[in-house]
Amino acid sequence: MTDHDHHEHDPSELSETELRVRALETILTEKGYVDPATLDLLIETYETKVGPRNGARVVARAWADPTYRARLLKEATPAIAELGYAGRQGEHIVALENTTILHNMVVCTLCSCYPWPVLGLPPIWYKSAPYRSKAVKDPRGVLADFGFDLPAGTGIRVWDSTAEIRYLVLPMRPAGTDGWSEERLEALVTRDSMIGTGLPKQPHEIA
Amino acid sequence: MDGAHDMGGVPWSEPVRPEPDEPMFHAEWERRAFAITMAMGMPGGWNIDMSRFARENRPPEEYLAKSYYQIWLAGLERLMLERGLIASDEVEAGKPLHPTKPVAKTLTPAHVAAVLHRGGPTEREAKNPARFAVGDWVRARTIHPPTHTRLPRYVRGHVGTVEMLHGVHVFPDSNSLGNENPQWLYTVTFDGRELWGPDGDASVKTSVDAWESYLEPA
Repeated sequence: MTDHDHHEHDPSELSETELRVRALETILTEKGYVDPATLDLLIETYETKVGPRNGARVVARAWADPTYRARLLKEATPAIAELGYAGRQGEHIVALENTTILHNMVVCTLCSCYPWPVLGLPPIWYKSAPYRSKAVKDPRGVLADFGFDLPAGTGIRVWDSTAEIRYLVLPMRPAGTDGWSEERLEALVTRDSMIGTGLPKQPHEIA
Repeated sequence: MDGAHDMGGVPWSEPVRPEPDEPMFHAEWERRAFAITMAMGMPGGWNIDMSRFARENRPPEEYLAKSYYQIWLAGLERLMLERGLIASDEVEAGKPLHPTKPVAKTLTPAHVAAVLHRGGPTEREAKNPARFAVGDWVRARTIHPPTHTRLPRYVRGHVGTVEMLHGVHVFPDSNSLGNENPQWLYTVTFDGRELWGPDGDASVKTSVDAWESYLEPA
């Protein structure tokens, strides 16, 4: 599977795909199967509403509120629904706690399963062959591709999303954030830290 | 089915390439392909496992040559052609040429938020006790069905331990053929060296979510 059309295909092939999508949309609209307003709304929803800031709110709440953290780790789906996030591709969510001795990383080797309600649609690298092949065999190599290393002695736990269970990594709260508000903590939470291919930002990075 | 989509552990020469500030979609047609696929689920009436099989069930050369949303598009076209919702000559002509096949319902803008919020839960009522318990040793069966399956090749034949029980869930292998046949679902965890041999990373453990019929006692 190629990462990008413009990397692997010449422009005439790309326009062939464009024409095909346009043809399908015309046919399906004229047959009354799809409403163009529905299509616009779906795109708007996933471009502006459903994304990793949702997950960042969940993580920041867990960092700030020990009772919420306990609920999230025990049964993530209802805990996440408390903040209003639920549904498509997040019907059954499990939260995974990173510790000083264990780092969690999430992949879908078979397709692109990803917890949409909290992270939005997956990034292109998550769906790419290099990530899907390497994450389960050489996760340290994947972390190196992302430019970071874990302390020696930290074990890695890789979760291959082969069913309808979706996984959200709860990263470790950065040091030096005592007393921070949830809103301020949210700014530290990166998308990749909730997949396990990155770490949260450090306080000085958002100062 | 065995196919190029089953990528776990397959050698790949390129590194993972994160894209800073990547956009949600990389072309306008990707937006439309995504939205059409989402919107057609309701009138089309297929389930997620039928969709996955329609995407993955193609020659490896074709699967690997297509971009992600090109695979979505090819899968969607196949699902619609199989059900007579569109015809090949219509796609070529870019307009309807045949009478419209009636569908039960379509997705209206007013229902988008509610439909997305509801999603498609796959958990079903348990009718039998679970065969395995947390801590049990199990072996993933060696199977190569020609139809849809969610047991990746890299764990087949290997021994792991049951780490979680998730209740009873719709079984994709049969659901892709129209029969939910719900089964107990487990997270089964394997040591790096069990999967990849003595050169495997001993500090890595990898799990898959596996339905009961994928597993046997070990």
